[in-house]
Amino acid sequence: MAAPKYPGFDTLALHAGAAPDPETGARATPIYLTTSFVFRDSDHAASLFNMERAGHVYSRISNPTTAVLEERIAALEGGVAGIATASGQAALHLGLATIAGAGSHVVASRALYGGSHNLLDYTLRRFGIDTTFVDPRDIDAWRAAIRPTTRVLFGETLGNPGLDVLNLPVLGQLALDHKVPLMVDSTFTTPYLLKPLDHGAHLIYHSATKFLCGHGTVIGGLLVDGGNFDWVASGKFPELTEPYDGFHGMVFAEESTVAPFALRARREGLRDFGATMNPMAAFQILQGVETLHLRMPRHVENARKIVEFLTRHPMVESVSYPELPEHPDYELAKTLLPKGCGAVFSFSIKGDRAAGRRFVESLKIFSHLANVGDARSLVIHPASTTHFRVATEMLEASGIREGTMRLSVGLEDPDDLIDDLTRGLKAAQKGA
Amino acid sequence: MLLSVNGHDAYAYTGGKSFNPALPTLVFIHGAQHDHSVWILQSRYLAHHGYGVLALDLPGHGRSGGAALESVEAIAAWVIAVLDAAGIAKAALIGHSMGSLVSLEIAGTQPARVTKIALIGTANPMRVSPELLNATRDDEALAQDMVNIWSHSTYAAKPSNPGPGFWIVGENLRLMQRIKPGVMHTDFVACNAYAKGRERAAAVACPALLVLGADDIMAHPKGARELQTDIAGQRTVLVKSCGHALMAEQPDAVLDALKGFLA
Repeated sequence: MAAPKYPGFDTLALHAGAAPDPETGARATPIYLTTSFVFRDSDHAASLFNMERAGHVYSRISNPTTAVLEERIAALEGGVAGIATASGQAALHLGLATIAGAGSHVVASRALYGGSHNLLDYTLRRFGIDTTFVDPRDIDAWRAAIRPTTRVLFGETLGNPGLDVLNLPVLGQLALDHKVPLMVDSTFTTPYLLKPLDHGAHLIYHSATKFLCGHGTVIGGLLVDGGNFDWVASGKFPELTEPYDGFHGMVFAEESTVAPFALRARREGLRDFGATMNPMAAFQILQGVETLHLRMPRHVENARKIVEFLTRHPMVESVSYPELPEHPDYELAKTLLPKGCGAVFSFSIKGDRAAGRRFVESLKIFSHLANVGDARSLVIHPASTTHFRVATEMLEASGIREGTMRLSVGLEDPDDLIDDLTRGLKAAQKGA
Repeated sequence: MLLSVNGHDAYAYTGGKSFNPALPTLVFIHGAQHDHSVWILQSRYLAHHGYGVLALDLPGHGRSGGAALESVEAIAAWVIAVLDAAGIAKAALIGHSMGSLVSLEIAGTQPARVTKIALIGTANPMRVSPELLNATRDDEALAQDMVNIWSHSTYAAKPSNPGPGFWIVGENLRLMQRIKPGVMHTDFVACNAYAKGRERAAAVACPALLVLGADDIMAHPKGARELQTDIAGQRTVLVKSCGHALMAEQPDAVLDALKGFLA
């Protein structure tokens, strides 16, 4: 007898969580633009409110369109449950707020998206959640930073801006040794390039705005419970293992052996914080996910061609991409990211901020804006935008030079992209 | 709720409220490589609608201590010991898969302790293919994948379980991965070896309900024919668009069948 097999990634990307609509036969997932759902009778209503039946009550808590996306991302990640949020930032906040509170501590990679850094370093401190930032490659620093109050280790699968490859197997084990989960931002890699749960992570979130949506059209986030962390055995998470007064004394870890985190995140976090994804956005992100397995290889293929071009260009000082032998995580990337290291990376041109400005202003295909993961190619010059107030010496402490550019390579003809970059580099050189 | 049975912890989920032995008692008995959480919606609903609920973790599973028991008869004796420990004279037994055989065994041997039985995803005999049985012994990860794939009839069960956003295929796999190594083989050997089904079925004196998944390939509906013949007055509910993971794929249909039967 041949062993049965699960559907492949490409099939799940199209079908997981979605079947033809039983009422209408609609093949695509319908957009259920409704705030609320009619109860069959009073008992049905009461049982939905008390979580005795599964179903939809109010679209802040759940919605049929959004639920398809949630199940699909859980399936693609190999997890147990997904929760769709209003943005990637909302997903990070929901993930942290579900298991951390005043007096809790987080150990985080210092190679983070600026918005994540802001949340941890400024906003959450105001609410009593303290964070220690560490060099993501310094495992001893991670270990040394862990305190009795630490509730989660957190990093990006590919760090910002140097594409530090997070050592998931080592950090996942370190987290387990200290009875806390490892949560990762997997936005740059998507489940097509990396499935963090297979390598040691326990919780994942995405800015679905980026490659999952893939077209630069909507803002959204997705949080995934891997179902592979034993909250009861940990003993550090009374939020999940002791009665919760906010839901009739519910003990989430008794209700779900494998995913009490997802239960509380929805039943408390979506209910009370309310940063829910709207069903129109869920539909658009679903559209993107359905071609993720086609788009990501092309993103990577184009990125590799551009990396190769840039490494040989005389105006380019350095390129940071983990597939280059000089990148500090070259070997780790070969292990964790054999399909590619994504399509967002940084490089530095020779010259000062003015040269950088000339470069971005002369590009015609690359759009100068603050986003990544679009089908269109994007560029940003940190020294004249996100970090324009930062002095040169402080910039370099962040791994950014005056001529550093971040590219998000899109799906255009790679020869046209290279022509565009050639034009930009020539412009930068002319003024030098 | 934790009881002490045979010197070990015996865990029972009580439906999100304190167990009241004065109410009619329902005992939920899970199947192989599972725990109480497979019953979460049905047991929670019934606990809030007039029943005292004990959704058990069998020995060696979930939060219950001790080693997994090696036969259906031994599990049945343990369930009776749980009733004794809880001070319950009679209960309705609701079993899934292996748990349905346990319910049948108790109903056929100790009718005074049983008010009703509901056998969900049941078959008799409950033969396990040699390939699967060997895999449970030699390669649990493979065996778990086999069972997980064969247990689901769809990759888009709605409204999901225990609620929207849950990917029940991944949920079931993770649950099986939580159970201690070695338990899976013990459970499947117990199912495969149980040979008293017809005898016990003929002795059932209480009302009996069979709930079968129309698309179940782990316990095909045809496998319940002997039980339908042998259990006097049994009722069968065939749930459409449903595999072996009945409580997850069709939670409302299973609950509604139970509600009607238990009322």
